[in-house]
Amino acid sequence: MTDYTNYLARQVTLGKMNRREFMGRAAAFGVTLAAAGTMFDTAARAQEPKRGGHLKLGLEGAAATDSKDPAKALSQFMFVVGRNWGDMLVESEPLTGKPVPALAESWEPSADAATWTFKIRQGVKFHDGKELTVDDVVKTLQRHTDEKSESGALGVMKSIKEIKADGGNLVLVLTEGNADLPLLLTDYHLVIQPNGGLDNPDAMIGTGPYKVTSFEPGVRATFEKNADDWRSDRGYVDTIEMIAMNDATARIAALSSGQVHYINRVDPKTVSLLKRAPTVDILNTSGRGHYVFIMHCNTAPFDNNDLRLALKYAMDRETMVQKILGGYGKVGNDFPINETYALFPEGIEQRAYDPDKAAFHYKKSGHSGPVLLRTSDVAFPGAVDAAVLYQESAKKAGIEIEVKREPGDGYWSNVWNVQPFSTSYWGGRPTQDQMYSTAYLSTADWNDTRFLRPDFDKILLEARSELDEAKRKEMYRTMAMMVRDEGGLILPMFNDFVNAASKQVKGYVHDIGNDMSNGYVATRVWLES
Amino acid sequence: MPGGPAQDPGLMAPKAAGANPQPSGPAGTDTLAATPSLSTLSPANDGILSPWGRFVRKSPLAALVLQRLALSIALLFAVSLMIFGGVEALPGDFATTYLGQSATPQAVENIRKDLGLDQPATTRYFQWLGGALQGDFGTSWASRNSVSEQIGKRLGNSLFLAFFAAIISIPLAIGLGMLAVHYRDRLADKVINVFSLAAISLPEFFVGYLLILFFAVQMGIATFPATVYDSMSLTERLSAIALPTATLVLVVLAHMMRMTRAAILNVMSSAYVETAELKGLSGLRIIARHAAPNAVAPVINVIALNLAYLVVGVVVVEVVFVYPGMGQYMVDAVTVRDMPVVQACGLIFAAFYIFLNMTADILAIIANPRLRHPR
Repeated sequence: MTDYTNYLARQVTLGKMNRREFMGRAAAFGVTLAAAGTMFDTAARAQEPKRGGHLKLGLEGAAATDSKDPAKALSQFMFVVGRNWGDMLVESEPLTGKPVPALAESWEPSADAATWTFKIRQGVKFHDGKELTVDDVVKTLQRHTDEKSESGALGVMKSIKEIKADGGNLVLVLTEGNADLPLLLTDYHLVIQPNGGLDNPDAMIGTGPYKVTSFEPGVRATFEKNADDWRSDRGYVDTIEMIAMNDATARIAALSSGQVHYINRVDPKTVSLLKRAPTVDILNTSGRGHYVFIMHCNTAPFDNNDLRLALKYAMDRETMVQKILGGYGKVGNDFPINETYALFPEGIEQRAYDPDKAAFHYKKSGHSGPVLLRTSDVAFPGAVDAAVLYQESAKKAGIEIEVKREPGDGYWSNVWNVQPFSTSYWGGRPTQDQMYSTAYLSTADWNDTRFLRPDFDKILLEARSELDEAKRKEMYRTMAMMVRDEGGLILPMFNDFVNAASKQVKGYVHDIGNDMSNGYVATRVWLES
Repeated sequence: MPGGPAQDPGLMAPKAAGANPQPSGPAGTDTLAATPSLSTLSPANDGILSPWGRFVRKSPLAALVLQRLALSIALLFAVSLMIFGGVEALPGDFATTYLGQSATPQAVENIRKDLGLDQPATTRYFQWLGGALQGDFGTSWASRNSVSEQIGKRLGNSLFLAFFAAIISIPLAIGLGMLAVHYRDRLADKVINVFSLAAISLPEFFVGYLLILFFAVQMGIATFPATVYDSMSLTERLSAIALPTATLVLVVLAHMMRMTRAAILNVMSSAYVETAELKGLSGLRIIARHAAPNAVAPVINVIALNLAYLVVGVVVVEVVFVYPGMGQYMVDAVTVRDMPVVQACGLIFAAFYIFLNMTADILAIIANPRLRHPR
């Protein structure tokens, strides 16, 4: 036993394993959770962060059309830029996804979870030397909730009725109780700006660990260490250079030739080649993003639950993960939540490829003739291949699927959420409530499966204001079962975030929140010479 | 001494070398669109000539340039109309494509109102045209920055790269072309031919990847990525563009080189070249001083086309080398239907093509006295 746990501890020291993985494997070997926790901490401490150096990132996703205003940040590139120069009120704990303090020191809900009081941190300075006040926070949140706002966080902020300052505290009044409110404030658009960014939303002045020294949209961004940073456990490198690299081969060439330290979006098809480079580590993190095949529950022939079930059983999930994700992902279970979410309902039986059951339900549905599936490569990487694989696995169950390839241009406006059966993807949301409210609530704009169920809506709203976690978890189980067994969602796979870094990069945190260590990659790592 | 042009001295001998070149002349002169219109003016109509007609007679070159400029403006106008129509015809407008999957009806409506997309297409086109005629290309819909300012930077980068690719590839192409003529059908000619054919047959991104693989990844002597930015010194910039320049040179070299070779070979069979040979001049001197000047017209046309390509057609090379040029800028803009940027980029590209073609025509006329005095 000691040999194995020592090995695990060494993996932690080498940065090859995170807390979650360590605990899981140690527990499987009969170590108690408490003991494993201590071991992890000892092992992790062995890596002392080094300060200094120039960190270079080569990232996909930048465009000349990127806006400096964090409210309008859409691309992966701007996501990281915002995390470098700004702070939100709340952050999510990388390994558990629980809310932890950032610019808000602490918070307290009212009994119905409809009024929240946030204590704002004192003595924090913006890059221009001004001190952070409650007023800046109020103005920021107001700017993102304004009716005319073009903020990407508009959907998240919709339920906030009133934003006010109360002494040194921020008070938020909601239209209805929401136990997850702190997590909603971790949204990367909600960077706290001086005077809420009303004077100059494009100034890129915040309270973050790095100051912006230059920015050219779609080309490059550079940063220097903020000497007045209010936190000492981040911002290890002196300067950061982010280079826009939209070509996958260019990113791999830049990393393997040592020109950059870190790249994002490694194509699963080329991971095995990149692994051969002796100076490179592959960093894959389980994510909440998922690739989906969506049917409209209210449109013939998909208004028949037996046909929906038949199509669900006809999906060969293992093959999808192997062929489409190159093994860098996990199988899905037809509801949009996985174990990276807080309050994940464990123990729901995994749906597997079962041609017999598929054939049974297909026969019961009485449907005949081909089922038209629309797809395009913009739906998710490899979507067309996935559709063809699905066509093959369904054929074995006697179901004929006709795959129609649509142009990528305009796919999101003409096909997705318009046609009754198509392929798509979903990025993760900070909470289960957010995920369900965005796409499974009857009234949601993006209810792309036309899942119109008043009983589901009722549980969702009840769970939202429920502060008792055990009860909430039970409600989430009921909801998951409803979507899984009666919804229009076929969810074959959750995709891992696959990034890669030079071996010089240490301290990478596999954050379950989002890609690239939840955008914090540059503020969390250090360079070993 | 290579014996090429001396195949049939008997037939050639009666003609005075160079004094009265045969009417068929060097290839390519008939590509000049303007010459027919000029030559329709018959000398018999001298008395009833309009002022424009007299001007054409007096300085045909200036008249040609003026005519071309007027035509260019009409062409640019047509181009702007076509770009506008093209972008309109694409599925989805700016509001829906910019927001992508995260579009809500409310946000789409906000953006459409904000940008005036709810107005009819004709109104929007004339509004844009009105601004453009006054030199105002507007602001980018996506980034809300001034289009002219952003294009200035990107165009500068594109021209910088194109300039260095051109000053290396053009002399090299012409030099190699002459060498190939000098050593025609011998080893050197064949090596040059095979090499240039190989370079032209490989797709440009592949040439780029090969160069990156060898010089940046394996040998580690070249700078990659080729991102350039404001605070860079000239030497840093030059080292950054070394690989993309090399790629572009390889891509355009063969085309120009082969045209040079063919055009000179065409002239090499004329009688005056033979005379030069009989005078005892060296082979390379004949090619450079006597044959090349008469072969210049088609070569100039090919060079103009390649120069235009170097400015407007290199988006793939830009992406592979992460070089912030115009091509990438326009592609980004088309992706989100950012009309002001697409229009401005399209016009600049069209202007380059027109300008380079006009320059090529004018140079061809200057190089060939017969075209200067149309009958």
